[in-house]
Amino acid sequence: MSTFLSQIANGLMFGSLIALIAIGYTMVYGIITLINFAHGEIFMVGAYGGLATLTYWVPTAVVAQWYFALPIALVAGALVAMLVAIAMERFAYRPLRNAPRLAPLITALGVSVALQEAVRVFYPGATAAIPFPPLFLDGAFVIPIGDGVVIRYTGVLLIVVSLALAFALERFVERTRLGRAMRATSQDRDVARLMGIDPDRVIVLTFAIGGALAGVAGVLYGSYLNNINIDMGFQNGIFAFTAAVLGGIGNIRGAVVGGLVIGLVRALGGQYLPGGTAYDYVWIFVVLIIVLVFRPQGFFGESERVRA
Amino acid sequence: MSRTRKVATTAALLAGVLALSACSTNREEASGGGGGTCDTSKGTLVIGFIAPLSGSLSALGLGMKNSTDLAVNQANQACKVPGYRLALQAEDDQGTAQIAGQAATKLASDPNVVGVVGTLNSSTAQAAAPILAQKKIVEISPANTNPALTQGDNYATAPNRPNATYFRTATTDAIQGPFAAQFLVQKQGKKNIAVIDDGKTYGAGLAAQFAAEAQKLGATIVTQAKVGEKDTDFSGVITQVRAANPDAVYYGGEYPVAGPLSKQLADAGLNIPLMGGDGIVDATYTQLGGREGDFATNVGAPPEQLPSAKAFIDAYAAAGYPEPYSAYGALTYDAANVIIDGLSKAVGNGTFSDATRDGLISAVQATNLQGATGAISFDQFGDTTNKQLTVYSVQGGSFKPLETGTYTAS
Repeated sequence: MSTFLSQIANGLMFGSLIALIAIGYTMVYGIITLINFAHGEIFMVGAYGGLATLTYWVPTAVVAQWYFALPIALVAGALVAMLVAIAMERFAYRPLRNAPRLAPLITALGVSVALQEAVRVFYPGATAAIPFPPLFLDGAFVIPIGDGVVIRYTGVLLIVVSLALAFALERFVERTRLGRAMRATSQDRDVARLMGIDPDRVIVLTFAIGGALAGVAGVLYGSYLNNINIDMGFQNGIFAFTAAVLGGIGNIRGAVVGGLVIGLVRALGGQYLPGGTAYDYVWIFVVLIIVLVFRPQGFFGESERVRA
Repeated sequence: MSRTRKVATTAALLAGVLALSACSTNREEASGGGGGTCDTSKGTLVIGFIAPLSGSLSALGLGMKNSTDLAVNQANQACKVPGYRLALQAEDDQGTAQIAGQAATKLASDPNVVGVVGTLNSSTAQAAAPILAQKKIVEISPANTNPALTQGDNYATAPNRPNATYFRTATTDAIQGPFAAQFLVQKQGKKNIAVIDDGKTYGAGLAAQFAAEAQKLGATIVTQAKVGEKDTDFSGVITQVRAANPDAVYYGGEYPVAGPLSKQLADAGLNIPLMGGDGIVDATYTQLGGREGDFATNVGAPPEQLPSAKAFIDAYAAAGYPEPYSAYGALTYDAANVIIDGLSKAVGNGTFSDATRDGLISAVQATNLQGATGAISFDQFGDTTNKQLTVYSVQGGSFKPLETGTYTAS
C-alpha cells in the first residue's frame, strides 16, 4: 500500500512538471497550429537563466535563504525563458507566418538545436550536468502508512505551483479581454482581425505566457533534481508534446490532464508492469497509441474543425 | 528567373557553410610539440584518440586526452621513433557507440594512423574495436572494463579473443565486480543489497558480476532495477528499493546518474551507502549529489600513492593542462606509451608501411614496460597482467583511497 501511494506521489510530481511544459505546446498550437518543437529548449533555457541569476548576480548570503532565492530564481527563469520565446517568435516564426506549414515545423527543429548548442557553448561548464542549488525546504515528510510514504517538500512545491499556474491561466483565458482575444484568434485569425484584434500581439502574448510557464518549470525541475543539463529540454519536451496530444492539442485543461496521466503511467508502469523501470517510458507511448486509436482528438480535443 | 537564381545561390552558400562546419566540428587539431632537434625527415605518424570530449562524461575524457598528449609530446622531445614526428588526433565520441564507430572509421581511413588510445566506455569500444582491427590498427583502452571485449561473449566458459589488435591497461569487471562484493559483504557486513544498473555494456556487466559474487558470499540481492542513462528522476526506482529494505545499494554505471541517484536515495530517507565501479570515480560525483560514505572501486592503484606515477603527475602539472588528469590519467599515459614503445621497436631505423603493422601488434603483445601504474604486460587475451584494484570512499567531499588489493577468488 505504501509503495502504491509513493508511486502515485512520484507520478503526480513528474506529471505536473510535464503538464507545465505541455501548456506551452498546446497554447501555441491552438493559436497558430504550429507544433513548436523548440519549446522543450525554452524550458531548458529557463533553468539555466534561473541558475545564472543565482550564481552570478545574487549575493550568496541571499541565495542561502530559500524564501529569497526561490522567488528570485522563478522570476528570473520565467523572464529569461519568456524573452527567448518572444525572440524566437519574432525572428524564426513570424517571417514564415504565411509559408506552408512544413516550413515553420522544420524551423522549430532548427531553433531547438540552435538553443541547445548556444547554451552548451556559452554557459560555463554546460558541457556536463551542473549542480542546481535547492530552492525550498530540504527534506521530506512521512505519511505513516505501512512503511511510510516519503514526500519531499520540493515535490509538493512542484505540484502546487504547477496546478496553481494552470488554474490561473485557465481563468485568464476564460475571463479576461485578452483571453477572449486569444480564443478568437485561435478560432479564426482573419475574422478576429476584423473585430479589431491585432493577431500579432496575441501571438506574441501566447509565446510569452508559454515561455514563462516553461521557465518556471525549468527552475522547479532544477530545484527538485538538484542538477540540470542541456538534454533536459529535449527529453522532457517529448513527454510534454505527448501530454499535449494525449489531452487534445490546443486545450489547456487537456495538457494538464495529459501530463498527470503520463506521470502516473510512468510511475505505476515501472512498479507493476513486466520489465519494471527499464520499460517505464514504453508504457507512456503505449497509452498514447491506445488513446489515439480510440479517440484521435485526445481526451478534451474537439474533432478536427473545418477551416475556411 | 532572378528568384530561382537567388534560391540556388542561397542553397549553394548553405551547403558550403554546412561542409565547412562539418570539417571544423569534433576535430581537435593535432598538437605539435617539440621535436625541434629530432630528425623528422620521414614524416608524421598519427596516434589516434577516441573518448567523450563533450557531454556528461567529458571530465574523464578530457583528462585522458591530456595524458595522451603529454606522452606524445614527451616522445617527440626524446626522439622515440627515429625519423618520424608523432601527432595526436583526438576524436570526440560523446560517449555514444554510434559516434565512436564514426570516429574509428575516420581514423582507420587515414594511412598515417598507427594506433589508437581509447575508448572510455565499453559500449563505444564494442563499436570501435572491430573497425580498427580491420585495418590492423592497435587500440589500447585505459578504461574499458567489460570482460567480453578481450575474451568474447562467452568469457566465463569459453574465452575467445575477438580482436588481436585490442589491448587494455585497465583490469576487467570479472575482477572488479567480485572485488567490490568482497569489500561490501565481508568488510562492511552488508547482507541485503539492492543492485541497480543503466543497462549499458559496462554497467549491466559490472552489476551482474557484483551480484553473482555477493550471493556467493552469503548476501541477498533484495531487488534489481534498471535506470536510463539519461534519466534524472529516479523516484520510481527508489520507491521499489525502499520497499525491499536494503542496507546498501550497488550501482553499475557512471557518475552522471550515480551522483543524483545517491542524493535522491537520501531524500527518500534511505541513509545507506551507494557503491559503484570505476565509472563513478570522478570529482563531479559529489557535486551532482554523491554523499559522504559512498564507496567505489577503481582499476589500478591511486597514482598519488604510487612512486612510479610521480614523474607523470609532475610532468602533467608542469604542462599546465586546464583539466585534471582524473580517474584514468595514469592508465591512459601508460597506454599511449605502450603504443609509442611498440612503434619504436617495430619501425626501428626503417620506414613505417602497412607491413610494419603486424610487427607493431606483436611488439605491443610482448610489452614489458615500467609505466606510471607499475609494470605493464599483457596476457594472451590482451588484458593487463596488473590486476590491482582500489576501494575509494567519499570523505570530506571527494573520493579518498581506502585500500588497494588484488582480487583472489574466495
